[in-house]
Amino acid sequence: MKGRQVARPDNMSGDNTAGGPRDSQQAPLLVAPGEDLGDSGEYSAGHGVVAMNGRLRAVKQGRKNTQDGTVSVEPRRTAYVPRPSDLVIGYIEGCTSNIWFIDIGAPFNAILPMSLGPSKAEFGGIRKVLDIGDAILCRVQEVEENHSSVVTMKGMGLRAIRSGTVEEIDPHLLGRLIGRGGNNLRQLKEETECRLIAGDNGRVWIDGEVTGMVEARAKLNDLLMEAKVAEYGGVA
Amino acid sequence: MGGYGDVQCIDENGIRLDGRTVGEIRPISIEVGVVPVADGSARMRWGLNDVIAAVYGPMEAHPRKIQRQDRAVLDVRYNMAPFSTTDRIRPGFNRRSREISKVTAEALESVVLTELYPRSKIRVEIEIICAEAGTRCAGITAASVALAHAGIPMSDMVVSVASGKVHDIVVCDLNKEEDNYGEADLPMGILPNSGELVFLQMDGDLSPEQFQEAWDYNMGAVSVIHEHMVAALKGGEA
Repeated sequence: MKGRQVARPDNMSGDNTAGGPRDSQQAPLLVAPGEDLGDSGEYSAGHGVVAMNGRLRAVKQGRKNTQDGTVSVEPRRTAYVPRPSDLVIGYIEGCTSNIWFIDIGAPFNAILPMSLGPSKAEFGGIRKVLDIGDAILCRVQEVEENHSSVVTMKGMGLRAIRSGTVEEIDPHLLGRLIGRGGNNLRQLKEETECRLIAGDNGRVWIDGEVTGMVEARAKLNDLLMEAKVAEYGGVA
Repeated sequence: MGGYGDVQCIDENGIRLDGRTVGEIRPISIEVGVVPVADGSARMRWGLNDVIAAVYGPMEAHPRKIQRQDRAVLDVRYNMAPFSTTDRIRPGFNRRSREISKVTAEALESVVLTELYPRSKIRVEIEIICAEAGTRCAGITAASVALAHAGIPMSDMVVSVASGKVHDIVVCDLNKEEDNYGEADLPMGILPNSGELVFLQMDGDLSPEQFQEAWDYNMGAVSVIHEHMVAALKGGEA
């Protein structure tokens, strides 16, 4: 999931294999940490796999994928780790005179400098623009080696979220929510007549009529439950 | 290690008080996802031991002085519930729980890829609900499963088991009476895929031959326990 720009409608191509529909007839091959995945000479190590002493070993619990000579593990659970250009939904958790601290669901809070905020703010008066607890749609601009990240609200569609509701799902299940070519998300939008934006950090903004939002939340839960059952052979 | 006392823990046929043979381990069951608010959790029942482990994080390490610029730190807290034994345990940290928390953290740090999360903290809470014997082993094993369940990258899982000496006979996986009235015990933490040892303690005296026998019992038990761990993570029965 990491680094894939799955939330952008213009990036929902058919080759986004982050977790699109799969053949549910085929039993998934689940692996546990430390499990041997074969010879490192035959395949290269992808996400969730390391090469040790000439062998490939899983380092996460999840589903084994072999594609293009690379063995990877699609984790069953994972923490969100920000990557530059990720579209994320965050909450203002604190601020100084010229910086907001944003909870983006990652191990570390991101910072939003006043210069990258949604509108002009006076030094010391940034809470008039975005106050603690506000939800925002922003983009990760920069991530440093020590996991510090900077987000920006300068860009098309980036804004403070003043209406609707924000739901959270596991980040690695986003691909399944969006579906191949964005089909699932598009269908959900049409059925509920709601605006839905899925952030790369697993937060989904739902906005529309109350009945539509309730329906969207229920369908979101159903879809994710189905996805888990399909992927893990009946174990949600 | 209370000495012989009057308790006969093993009969002349080598059968123990709970009906096991000397090389047999107690029944084990493991389930994951028992703490919904945690990032990963596991409950392990091992004989009469009942242990819950919950993992939170990785998260920003606080206070800042505990942060490491190149890796994450494991903040392990082992605690026995006041009602976990027949004698009420005074709530809160004590010397024993501090020691077990420390050795557990060191055992788990050898497998968790901490370098992937610099300046972070991974919080591991181990709560002993019911204690029979070998709670540190059950705690380490349950914490390993909980870490894997939380999606924390690990090169392997730690399996911990103890063998010991009762009436000069080496037995595998001591129960309460054997722990209380036996002469020695040897808890070990082993990586099942590589066979590496990441944790070893010894209480009491063992001769080199007895040490080797206890070592062999522990090594033999690892694969059985590991099967239960993997089955729990994959959602099946061992």
